[in-house]
Amino acid sequence: MARNVSVQTKTGFTILAWAVALLLFSPILWTIVTAFKTEAEAIAAPPTFLPLTFTLDNFFDVQDRSDYIKHAWNSILVSVGSTLLGLVIAIPAAWSMAFAPTKRTKDILMWMLSTKMMPAVGVLIPIYLIFRDLRLLDTVHGLTIIMTLINLPIIIWMLYTYFKEIPVDILEAARMDGAELWNEIVHVLVPMAIPGIASTLLLNVILAWNEAFWTITLTSGRAGTLTAFISSFSSPQGLFLAKLSAASLLAIAPILLLGWFSQKQLVRGLTFGAVK
Amino acid sequence: MGSITLEHVNKSFGEVEIIPDISLEIKDGEFVVFVGPSGCGKSTLLRLIAGLEDTSSGHIKLDGEDVTGAPPARRGLAMVFQSYALYPHMSVRDNIAFPLKMAKTPQAIIDQKVDYAARTLNLGSYLDRRPRALSGGQRQRVAIGRAIVREPKAFLFDEPLSNLDAALRVNMRLEITELHQQLKTTMIYVTHDQVEAMTMADRIVVLNAGNVEQFGSPLELYKKPANRFVAGFIGSPKMNFVDGPEAEKHKAHAIGVRPEHFTLSTTAGAGQWAGTVNVAEQLGSDTFLHVEVEGLGLMTVRTDGDQTFSHGDKVYLTPDANRIYRFDAAGLAL
Repeated sequence: MARNVSVQTKTGFTILAWAVALLLFSPILWTIVTAFKTEAEAIAAPPTFLPLTFTLDNFFDVQDRSDYIKHAWNSILVSVGSTLLGLVIAIPAAWSMAFAPTKRTKDILMWMLSTKMMPAVGVLIPIYLIFRDLRLLDTVHGLTIIMTLINLPIIIWMLYTYFKEIPVDILEAARMDGAELWNEIVHVLVPMAIPGIASTLLLNVILAWNEAFWTITLTSGRAGTLTAFISSFSSPQGLFLAKLSAASLLAIAPILLLGWFSQKQLVRGLTFGAVK
Repeated sequence: MGSITLEHVNKSFGEVEIIPDISLEIKDGEFVVFVGPSGCGKSTLLRLIAGLEDTSSGHIKLDGEDVTGAPPARRGLAMVFQSYALYPHMSVRDNIAFPLKMAKTPQAIIDQKVDYAARTLNLGSYLDRRPRALSGGQRQRVAIGRAIVREPKAFLFDEPLSNLDAALRVNMRLEITELHQQLKTTMIYVTHDQVEAMTMADRIVVLNAGNVEQFGSPLELYKKPANRFVAGFIGSPKMNFVDGPEAEKHKAHAIGVRPEHFTLSTTAGAGQWAGTVNVAEQLGSDTFLHVEVEGLGLMTVRTDGDQTFSHGDKVYLTPDANRIYRFDAAGLAL
């Protein structure tokens, strides 16, 4: 539908949109500039916007005191590992629900989703005890397992929606062409669902990366990820604003970059099938 | 070889019985068409043969071997779908090669067979394109190519021409018939279009509500329909039916006359039934008249295209006495 919009209205809305965006972004922007200031300048009153003396010392201090690299590596292992493990379980699950549904399929989907509505604290004690008994506390693989489990409902739901868009005829054609189940999934279903699988993968890497509750409760020194890193950093170093800013920046930078570069893919994936 | 035998095949979806009990014998090399109105179970029957649906009871045999429980991949049949069902992420070449790759055929033989199929179906210059860059007719050819490379025991076609425009449909119809003459492989073809059925089939299975109404050659169905349903379904335009006293004169519950079996006259009184032209459909070669016959209702009459008629013209019809079909109260032919 075409509408006549005056130049003034357009300008007005553009300014408003920029103002809102800047307002939302301002804490992050402040963190970024503060990370490059000296401690003295960071708490100076009146505050400066751009650093008077540009320094990278804060980043080196953070690495020295808390071993950023180790935590970042743990974050990568847990977020990527849990997403890949989740996909391996979710692809067959979503296949069966999309292409061989039973009377209970809808109920199972709702039930899976309902587990996401329960507050995590509700299962904290049992999970903690299970992890203790299985010696999974403060291990990367233990954290990967719990992250897979908490994100599995979302992965299955997303894949299920994408798979529903794939005409069943094509899978049947593969069966007629002599493809057994494994070949049908690997050679036909997965390549056709690549955009959907890619956006599921991205979204779940981000979710797992940002997860804080379980990482903080189930890890201490060895298996801590960046969320544990930043929380452990904030209390003892809380007064050192510049170092805290540098630590925060380091913690969010990788995922911010990933999101930035994949935003097109993410949006395409999230609206996949919305318009036929 | 590719003979297909169905023995008391039954298919129900929950409480709903789609196919009550069908037994059929399809000979090797035969072109059999399943025809019937929508919802008659013809596609379900094809899918049962393909193995895409499980039978509720009964047996399906290929060359005498029971394949009732076998998955589609193990039956050695090829299917062409209404939607073409090409793999959109593969080139035409890879689409055609897919069944051979699944059968772990050596690459050299795959190339040879794909090239042969492409030549047979005039697809040579499209081999490296993706399906979305092809027209409907070309896509259907790729689907057929994918079916022929694996040299199946039989081909199954599920309304393959429904998505094509009228002119292309006639072309593809001929191509499929030629392909059958060339390959001499068993083909089962599902359609709701009785013209396709009549022109392509060696034998036709007329289905209605999951039951086989008649199984015979096209001319057998046209000349000796087993019942009123087949009589009405086969032939275009449809057969005219008359009940009541007029039928009783022929010692039947109902009689049927095909539109082409009338003698038409415009001379007053020169015919058995008098009527008024309602609509005249002029095709050039023929004219179809929809005539309101006094006391008997609307009838379709086929006449040559040279005479012109208009709404309200008086006409007199005489059915060909040797070609009046008689039916009993249950609709069976007498």
